[in-house]
Amino acid sequence: MRNNSFFKLTFWKAIAGIIIICGLFSLYNRFFNGLGASTHLSDAVPWGLWIGFDFIGVGLAAAGFTIAVTVHIFNVRRFEPIVRPAILTAYIGYMLVVALLVIDLGRPQSFWHPLVMWNVHSVMFEITWCVICYSTILTLEFAPVILEKFHLRAPIKILKKISIPVVILGVLFSTLHQSSFGSLYLIVPGRLYPLWYTNLLPVNFFISCIAAGLSMIIFESYQNARAFNQGLDIKLTSKLAKIVLYALIAGFVVRISDMIISGRMNALFIMRTETYMFIGEILVGIIIPVILLANKSYRESKFLLYLSSIFVISGFVLNRINVAVTGLTASSGVSYFPSFDEISITLMLVVFGMWAFSLVVKYFNVFQADSTEEIDEIFEPDSKEIILSE
Amino acid sequence: MNAKALLFDATLCQGCGACYNACKEQNKNSKACDDPLKDHLSADTYTVIEQHHVVDANKNQSDIFTRRLCMHCIEPTCVSVCPVGAMEKTKLGPVLYDADKCIGCRYCMQACPYQVPRYEWKSVNPKVKKCIMCHDRVKNGQPTACAEACPAEATIFGDRDELIQIAKKRMAEKPEAYYPEIYGLKEAGGTSVLFLSPVSFDQLGFSPNLPKGPMPLLTNKVMEKIPTVVSVGGVFLGSMYWLTKRKNEIAKEQMKGNNNEK
Ligand code: SF4
Ligand code: SF4
Ligand code: SF4
Repeated sequence: MRNNSFFKLTFWKAIAGIIIICGLFSLYNRFFNGLGASTHLSDAVPWGLWIGFDFIGVGLAAAGFTIAVTVHIFNVRRFEPIVRPAILTAYIGYMLVVALLVIDLGRPQSFWHPLVMWNVHSVMFEITWCVICYSTILTLEFAPVILEKFHLRAPIKILKKISIPVVILGVLFSTLHQSSFGSLYLIVPGRLYPLWYTNLLPVNFFISCIAAGLSMIIFESYQNARAFNQGLDIKLTSKLAKIVLYALIAGFVVRISDMIISGRMNALFIMRTETYMFIGEILVGIIIPVILLANKSYRESKFLLYLSSIFVISGFVLNRINVAVTGLTASSGVSYFPSFDEISITLMLVVFGMWAFSLVVKYFNVFQADSTEEIDEIFEPDSKEIILSE
Repeated sequence: MNAKALLFDATLCQGCGACYNACKEQNKNSKACDDPLKDHLSADTYTVIEQHHVVDANKNQSDIFTRRLCMHCIEPTCVSVCPVGAMEKTKLGPVLYDADKCIGCRYCMQACPYQVPRYEWKSVNPKVKKCIMCHDRVKNGQPTACAEACPAEATIFGDRDELIQIAKKRMAEKPEAYYPEIYGLKEAGGTSVLFLSPVSFDQLGFSPNLPKGPMPLLTNKVMEKIPTVVSVGGVFLGSMYWLTKRKNEIAKEQMKGNNNEK
């Protein structure tokens, strides 16, 4: 048994090591030989895998704001235990996205230009500012976890005082940010394939990120429970799964009714790659998980919950890749498949992200938020009183 | 000052390549490929000539030559999408690029309805490249190099209004030779490079489904909603917070009250 787990560990470590070595090599190639030498991007395909990954990273980080708003604004305290993992996920997701955005820029040394050179009509400008502002907010939201470890109470007090406005700002920025990734493509009506192009792109991006972000938390909770041999709080996760279910249905209804109203349904019956990819995305990301989650007994099975979260996440990834790559292939006239360097840099960032997550979870108090009474210290005595008096 | 423009007349173009060569010379671009008909727009090529084999209603076959170059849109998509304002529409007409501002996000390339901007993919500090309507010449009152070089008056340079008049006159004089439309009056909000053709423009590779209005409107409709989303969202969230908190407090007070009564 022991040998087995030892073998497993070193196996994954070896894989991670190889990925990181390849990634560093690719990074060198990217910065010293240019985008042309390291990517399969071209004049016809100026955006590729990396932009798709940015969408995915930000989308999977969505639990950061959905959970924050549920707990802090709507006062649904039972989700309190997942606030921290959600914010940590969001934080790591955003850091990876920022890193990749800069790597993807043709002139990375000028990444700070949008701070001083403004074009408020540009969606890309909006995105840059949202990334910067929301990353700052996530830092503020996550800082208490670090500070409490070192028993720095004074700054925690200050952070707590401003926490509500910070949460509200965070929600606003991420709402704008999630939807603006969809808005990016509003300007290419002739290029993005009709199955994806719609005036509602920003709305679709927004709704779909909610289900994906929450599924990410379910996924992590399951993994975490397994890694640290703790029980999974099945009640809580199945409540989350219910929200996922509603978000999936809402997203589906909006997309399909929009397609019917704007007369794009017939595109579904043209047999071509785009149609298959579209159907695949809907099947994997919406239909299958909805069937799994709609059933209460399924929703309360650990494994099926876990499985459905994987489906939702995969469908979401497919959707973003479809918008970023598949949907543009026909109009660009060139088929694009990412280069070795593009893939290895992306994988390296994913490994870094997972690594960072497990390290923080190990050394800081993320999953057992037993220090929540600190946050609630003002109300805590009261509520105890209530319980006692009942 | 009236905005400058180019008029290209496909009924007159012989495909000789004079504009292509003049452009390469003017912009000191390398001549990796020497055939204007085989070359493609690239970081080193701001204009090419395209040959279109067209069969008309009477089954007459003919070869039609057209040019491709930046259209210098009146409300350019590239200008509206650039996050740092590196693309600029000048009053004079040309759409210019400022490499010192550019961050290399390539949104201009993705968004341009004519897929014009090209990138120096091989460089480690790449620039966006495209026709700049010979800005250095035009601002000194000279015509563009390609217009000056054209031996057939297929490419002519002038004030946009005057060029539209010339185009109309040509069409009126020889109605049988022209498809009865000027391309660039309304397409994507209008362009500063106008086209005349003997056949419909989709046969020359122009996308038939470009919106007639300015493209930036597509985004602006959404961008305009941002202040509303922020203010309404902020107020909503703020009041929700206050409400739920208040509700909890009231609930607690009631509990306590009930207790005291007991
Ligand atoms: S054709 Fe493209 S690059 Fe030229 S001005 Fe219009 S949008 Fe910009
Ligand atoms: S690549 Fe440069 S010019 Fe083009 S949109 Fe991005 S910053 Fe602007
Ligand atoms: S206007 Fe100048 S830059 Fe543009 S195609 Fe003609 S010669 Fe080249």
